[in-house]
Amino acid sequence: MEHEPVPIDADIDLHVPAERAELRPSPVPVLAAISAGGVCGALARYAVALMWPHDPGGFPWATLVINVTGCLLIGVLMVIVTEVATGRRLLRPFLGVGVLGGYTTFSTYAVEIHQTAAAGAPWTALAYLAGTLAGALPAVWAGSALTRALIVAKVPR
Amino acid sequence: MTLLLIAVGAAIGAPLRYLTDRAIQARHDSVFPWGTLTVNVAGCLVLGVVTGLPATSAWTALLGTGFCGALTTYSTFSYETLRLAQEGARFYAVMNVVASVVAGLGAAAVGFVFAQALQ
Repeated sequence: MEHEPVPIDADIDLHVPAERAELRPSPVPVLAAISAGGVCGALARYAVALMWPHDPGGFPWATLVINVTGCLLIGVLMVIVTEVATGRRLLRPFLGVGVLGGYTTFSTYAVEIHQTAAAGAPWTALAYLAGTLAGALPAVWAGSALTRALIVAKVPR
Repeated sequence: MTLLLIAVGAAIGAPLRYLTDRAIQARHDSVFPWGTLTVNVAGCLVLGVVTGLPATSAWTALLGTGFCGALTTYSTFSYETLRLAQEGARFYAVMNVVASVVAGLGAAAVGFVFAQALQ
């Protein structure tokens, strides 16, 4: 069985032939899927942020939880996309690029670090900076490792 | 109304990340994820400006929560970092984290200060 190279960039990796060709013949289906997914992800992020407000200088738990859970899910998704549902053309654009890309955010993370420090809580800002990284990177690994273990358990080769 | 503005911003921001990432990779063949770094830093700059202006809640929803939130991504950034480490490119993995955080924080600060200077 031929395996395509596993992408480094989860959004689009031109080293993967199928991804390089995915805007042909028409870019509309892929871009529409990304757009629709982005709307779902952004609204979900807004809902979590509304449910979990933080005071100025308080720890921005909502964004940390959003980013860490989004990272867990991209780990799960990319194993499914590259090893299970390999023929699903719009799965990665909709769920990976759109929903998870729209759900997680780097801009709010950066701005909240500044705002927390500016509100007189530099140690909280640093803890948030490091805590998000310390949660997010292992979350991707855990998501992909658990999914791969489940696949191996279910599909005897 | 807020939900509609967030949706419009995200509907533009998410495909713009994809198209920017594609355009950068097409011109610059590298293992290092320059595309994601670029959109994340650009999004931080824009959100810094939005935060520094006396923005109404409508602009914040459209540009901040919707557009910048969907343009930037933490999931792809983390996935790339893990993949670089798995491929043996540990230096690139570490540099991706350092460059993203430093450039993102810097861009957000520049945007904020620029917006303050405009007033």
